[in-house]
Amino acid sequence: MNALVRIEGLNVALPQGGDRTLAVADVNLDIGPSEIVCIVGESGSGKSVTAHAVMGLLPRALKTVSGRILFEGRDLLTQSAEDWRRTRGARIAMVFQDPMAALNPVMAIGRQITEQIRAHRAVGEAAAMNEAAVLVARMGLEPGLLHAYPHQLSGGQRQRVMIAMALSLSPRLLIADEPTTALDVTTQAQILELIRNAQRERQMSVLFITHDFGVVSDLADRVAVMREGRIVESGTTREVLDRPQAGYTRALIAAVPRLSGSPAPLAREKPLLEVAGLSKRYRGSGGFLGLWYSRREHLALDRVSLTLQRGETLGVVGESGSGKSTLARCIIRLADPDAGEVLFDGADLAGMGRRELRAQRRRIQMVFQDPFSSLNPRHTVGEIVTAGPRAHGEGTKISLARAVEMLKLVGLEEAVLSRYPHEFSGGQRQRIGLARALMLKPDVLIADEPVSALDVTVQAQVLELLDKVRRQMNLAMLFITHDMRVAARICHRVMVMRHGQVVEEGPTGALFAAPKSEYTGRLLAAIPGRQRLEA
Amino acid sequence: MKEFLSRLLVRPQTLIGLAVFAAIVVVALGAPLLFPKGPFTIVGMPLLAPGSPGLPAGSDVLGRSMLVGLAYGARVSLLVGISSTCCAVGIGVLLGAVAGYYGGVVDDLLMRFTEFFQIIPAFVLLMVLVAFLQPSLFSTVIGIALITWPQVARVARGEFLVLRSREFVQAAQLLGESDLHIIFRQILPNALPPIVVVGSMMVGSAILTESALAFLGLGDPGLMSWGSMIGASRSAMWVAWWTTVLPGLAIMVTVLALNFIGDGLNEALGPRGRQ
Repeated sequence: MNALVRIEGLNVALPQGGDRTLAVADVNLDIGPSEIVCIVGESGSGKSVTAHAVMGLLPRALKTVSGRILFEGRDLLTQSAEDWRRTRGARIAMVFQDPMAALNPVMAIGRQITEQIRAHRAVGEAAAMNEAAVLVARMGLEPGLLHAYPHQLSGGQRQRVMIAMALSLSPRLLIADEPTTALDVTTQAQILELIRNAQRERQMSVLFITHDFGVVSDLADRVAVMREGRIVESGTTREVLDRPQAGYTRALIAAVPRLSGSPAPLAREKPLLEVAGLSKRYRGSGGFLGLWYSRREHLALDRVSLTLQRGETLGVVGESGSGKSTLARCIIRLADPDAGEVLFDGADLAGMGRRELRAQRRRIQMVFQDPFSSLNPRHTVGEIVTAGPRAHGEGTKISLARAVEMLKLVGLEEAVLSRYPHEFSGGQRQRIGLARALMLKPDVLIADEPVSALDVTVQAQVLELLDKVRRQMNLAMLFITHDMRVAARICHRVMVMRHGQVVEEGPTGALFAAPKSEYTGRLLAAIPGRQRLEA
Repeated sequence: MKEFLSRLLVRPQTLIGLAVFAAIVVVALGAPLLFPKGPFTIVGMPLLAPGSPGLPAGSDVLGRSMLVGLAYGARVSLLVGISSTCCAVGIGVLLGAVAGYYGGVVDDLLMRFTEFFQIIPAFVLLMVLVAFLQPSLFSTVIGIALITWPQVARVARGEFLVLRSREFVQAAQLLGESDLHIIFRQILPNALPPIVVVGSMMVGSAILTESALAFLGLGDPGLMSWGSMIGASRSAMWVAWWTTVLPGLAIMVTVLALNFIGDGLNEALGPRGRQ
């Protein structure tokens, strides 16, 4: 078979001082005509660098050391800038992870598409606009969207526009670098469908970069697994998924959480936390001293109720904008609810004054989503972990001694006390954040997407740790996530939210096996790779 | 810290700036030891050219040594530049931090107050203030601080506005840390880099402002400053260039050195330098 793209012995050097010398080492990969090849790997595996090398878009700090990238028989690495200009866009097109950054914010969508067409072909603006209209319709978008600006579109719509632009010149190869990672699961399913259809219709090849084995199993003809710059295994999707050879591949696949086998619900006890009719309205305010309100209002939370007992994990799942994070913030009073009660151990947190709240709040702690912004970069781990006890008047010496124990519990050594957050990986940072929260001996732990920013193997470890801590300290845990598979892994009960309302609630196993609401069913169906990975 | 220094010292301009500034500081500190008679003593005939015996930089309209005047002028310039900037940074950080951290009505009120200072012609306000308080070193420093703090407040507010929504700040709130603690221990260290950069630039502009005041005769009458030297010699400008050019050069070199340092700090502390 004549490959469309043949990568031979590609080596790309990292700048000096990195943790390894090569970003990509000895990569060999073929992409056949009208074939979808996925490169899958964790962060730092070199999968994006490989894709960018094919597109000729390596950052300046990275230098190709050796190897060839043959595209239609010609070596891309040695071609001139002028040849590159003719190749990019017209022959090889790319879709990025963040469409907002890839689109020009001050130019209407239509103009951005026609500009690309006219840069490569001698057609008039009107003709190009007609082509753009056809493309946009193909992507399932309204024609009126051509006059809209990027900020007026949703994330999914923007990604559709990006794909339309990529397809506008009928490229032979489409490179997609994690194009669905920032999207909701239902939107992701639609975008994957779109890419698959376009590939079939146009007989083009696709190089798809992802970290998600679910996406791989839904999309790819062939797959290459990368780790630390090397391809550890490649083959047809069926071979690799059903009979993985490399230990690393097996570990990756095993780390994907399954929907089944979630913990059984606990026997009903008196709840520790009871939320009733919690509502929160956001309004845009403007003008001098906020005296003139604009009319835009948004009901982020609409009469939400829930109960949580000791030793129990309640999952709150929903897509972005469903109000799940607002719920957490309102319970813990990082935001003030407009109506409703938050009864914690009999006292209403929602109506509490500052002083009272301070005393109660130490019993409800939180683990945050972003491992990079949740720790103060200017403080040592010791300062970070002991901050809570010190704020409540505990001596530095005693809190440091307890911090050592707590760090041990979350799997870190005493030596980390004097180090700064930037020296740690995402997973380690989440452990530090957890230790900080546990230092106040809370009764309730709220975890807001604590594993969304982590690689799948690290994700599994952190989930396990959270579950262990919950058991040991008999914590009530409110676990917020957009990922149903993650929820299934550790939640006793699950609550599905949409548009600020609770759609349904029940024991995790039963609810996922037989959802009552049509919306939950749609969410479950959209999970990529469900059939193959659940088997 | 080591990392920061190596980033700071890569640029030759920064090195030059630091070296020149250090030399000026040495001269300013050493002036009373080197020239114990002071800058107002008449040492010879007026308007002697530079290089005359005992007068390497010539003499001014009253026969005072230009060199001694320049050395003592450095004291005034640096003192005014640094202390007025410290005051301005103090006021600006405090108001900017409170505005940015609390937001809402507090922010609105404080920012309107800040704008009030920004929309008045700054130098006119300064002259009125200094004239009202009687010209002195103290009134000059206070006056300059009062017209320059709004820039710091704007920068600090912007930084606090961004940083207060970081998760580590929310975590600190949940842990029960007091607002004061969060503002000064959690957020301020992260907000410092741009404030340091603005501050280093402000020292230069404060020196310029002081010179302008002194030139107009609104400086401390008991102190010899570069601006007052130019002001006193302006009638002799056409016959004795050194009386005005030398202090002018001193001002220019000092401000240039400070701007080099500011640029260097900006590079080393800015987002591009940091990552």
